Amino acid sequence: MFVYADNAATTHIDPDVVKAMMPALGELYGNPSTIYSKGREAREALDKAREQVAKAINCRPQEIYFTSCGTESDNWAIRGITKHYAAKKGKHIISTNIEHHAVLETLKAMEKEGYEVTFLPVNEEGFITAQQVEDAIRPDTVLITVMTANNEIGSIQPIEEIAKVAKEHNVFFHTDAVQAVGHIPVDVQKMGVDLLSLSGHKFHAPKGVGALYVRRGVLPDNLMNGGGQERSRRPGTENMAGILAIGAAIEKATANLERDMAYVASLRDRLIDGIVKAIPHCKVNTPSHDRLPGTVNVSIKYIEGESMLLLLDMNGICATSGSACASGDLDPSHVLLAIGLPHEIAHGSVRFSFCTENTMEEVEYILEVLPKIAQRLREMSPLWENVKNQETL
Amino acid sequence: MIYSAKLMDHFSNPRNVGELADANGVGEVGNAKCGDIMKIYLKIDHDIITDVKFKTFGCGAAVATSSMATELIKGKSVREALQLTNKAVVEALDGLPPVKIHCSVLAEEAVRAAIADYLVKQGENPEDYGIKTSACGGSCSCCDHCG
Repeated sequence: MFVYADNAATTHIDPDVVKAMMPALGELYGNPSTIYSKGREAREALDKAREQVAKAINCRPQEIYFTSCGTESDNWAIRGITKHYAAKKGKHIISTNIEHHAVLETLKAMEKEGYEVTFLPVNEEGFITAQQVEDAIRPDTVLITVMTANNEIGSIQPIEEIAKVAKEHNVFFHTDAVQAVGHIPVDVQKMGVDLLSLSGHKFHAPKGVGALYVRRGVLPDNLMNGGGQERSRRPGTENMAGILAIGAAIEKATANLERDMAYVASLRDRLIDGIVKAIPHCKVNTPSHDRLPGTVNVSIKYIEGESMLLLLDMNGICATSGSACASGDLDPSHVLLAIGLPHEIAHGSVRFSFCTENTMEEVEYILEVLPKIAQRLREMSPLWENVKNQETL
Repeated sequence: MIYSAKLMDHFSNPRNVGELADANGVGEVGNAKCGDIMKIYLKIDHDIITDVKFKTFGCGAAVATSSMATELIKGKSVREALQLTNKAVVEALDGLPPVKIHCSVLAEEAVRAAIADYLVKQGENPEDYGIKTSACGGSCSCCDHCG
C-alpha cells in the first residue's frame, strides 16, 4: 500500500486544478498587461482567479497580490512593512519561537541589519497568548508577525485576540497562514489581520504560486522593482498557470470546509489514539485543542526519527520527522525544542499530515506498520535496553 | 541527501545486531542529545575478535556504519581492529553524505572504546595500543567531525 501522509509538506495536485490551469499552458498565452483581445482574455482569467482567492478569505480582490510562494509572501510582508514604516514607528518586531523558517530566517537576517526582534516563547502545547504580545509591545514596535497554524505540531494561535491588541496599540499585524488556508476557516475580516501569507501547493495547487493579502491602506514597500503588474507592487509577468490553479484550488478546498475538517480530524484522532494505545513510551506533540484537523506529531522515545522514516518509506508510507538527522541540521526541530522537548525526545519525532484524499484504511495501515517499526528500532537501541532493564528491576 | 544501495542494505538488514552475554569488551560512544549512540560488544579470544554485536540509537547512517564496522573487525586481531578507520567504513558503504561522516567516526570510536574496555580488563594500558582514552567525551562539540 502507498500512503501519502505528508500533506503539510506539499499536496497532490488536484486533477480539477490541473484542468483549470491548462488554458494558460495553451491558448491563453496572452500577456494580461496588453490591450488586444488575446491579452484581455488572459486579464479576465487573472481577475477571476483573484476573485476566487479573495472570496475564500473574505477580502476585496484588490487586496490580493499573487506571489511565487509562501516564503516570498512572508518576506515581502515583513521586509515591506518594516522598510516603509520603520522611520516613523521604529525597528522593533514581535514574533514567536515556532515560526516557519521563511519568517524566522528573515527576522534573524534583519536582526543583523539593526532590527530588534522579540521571539515570544510558546507554552508546552505550542501556544502564545495575546497578553504575551501586549506585554512585548513597545513604542518602537512596528510589526507583529505570528503564524496562524504551526506546520510541525498544528497548534493554532489566537489570531483574533492578537489582532485586537495590535490594533489597540496601532501596530501592523502579519500572519503566515500557509498551513491554515484551505484547511481551517480563514477570514481576514474576522481575524483582523493587516497582512496574510498563503501558498497554493498546500491545498492541491502546484508549487510556485502564493499570495499575500494586504489590507487596503497598508503599504508595504516592494521587494522588487519593475513593471505595473499587481498594481505595481509585485512586478513581473504573471505566472498565469499557477494563478489559475490557485484560484481553482482555493475554491475547491473551501467549498465544503466544515465537512472536510470533520473527516480529516477523524483520521487524525484515530491515528493518535491508535499510536498511544499500541506504542508505549510515546509523547503526543500535537496539542489537544486549537489544532489543525490533519496534523499528528508524536515522539516515539528511545528511537531516532530518520530511521523511522526510512522504514516507513520501505513500507510505502511518506511521513516526516523533526530529528536533526532528518533535517540535515545539528539540532532537532526548533518547534519541538520550543515546546520543551529534550533533544533526545525531539530526535524521535514523526509527523503525519492528512488531507481529504487520505482514507481510514490508510490510517489503519500506518497503525499496523508503525508499532512494528518502533519495536524493531527499539530492539536495536541501547537506550531501550536501559529502559527495559529498569522496568524489570 | 541520498544513501547508497550498500548503506540501505546495511540499514535494512543490519549485521550483528544485539548483545553478547559473554562479551569481554564493551564500548559505548555518542549521546542521545546529539541523536546517536553506538554500543559495541566484543568477544575476544586469544587476541582474536571471535564475535561482535552492536546496538545503535540513531539515523540510517548510524545503523549502517555500526553494522559495517562490526563486519570489518570480525575475526581480526585486536591490533588489526585498531587499524579500522572511519574512512574504511565510509568506503565499504560506497560513500556517505557529507553530513553523515560523523556517524562513521562514531563507529570507529565505538570499536576503539570496546577494545579499550577489553584491554583494561586484561590489565593492560589502552594507551600502549595508541588508544586515546578521551576519544569522544560524548559531546558532539568536542569533535570536529560533527562540525
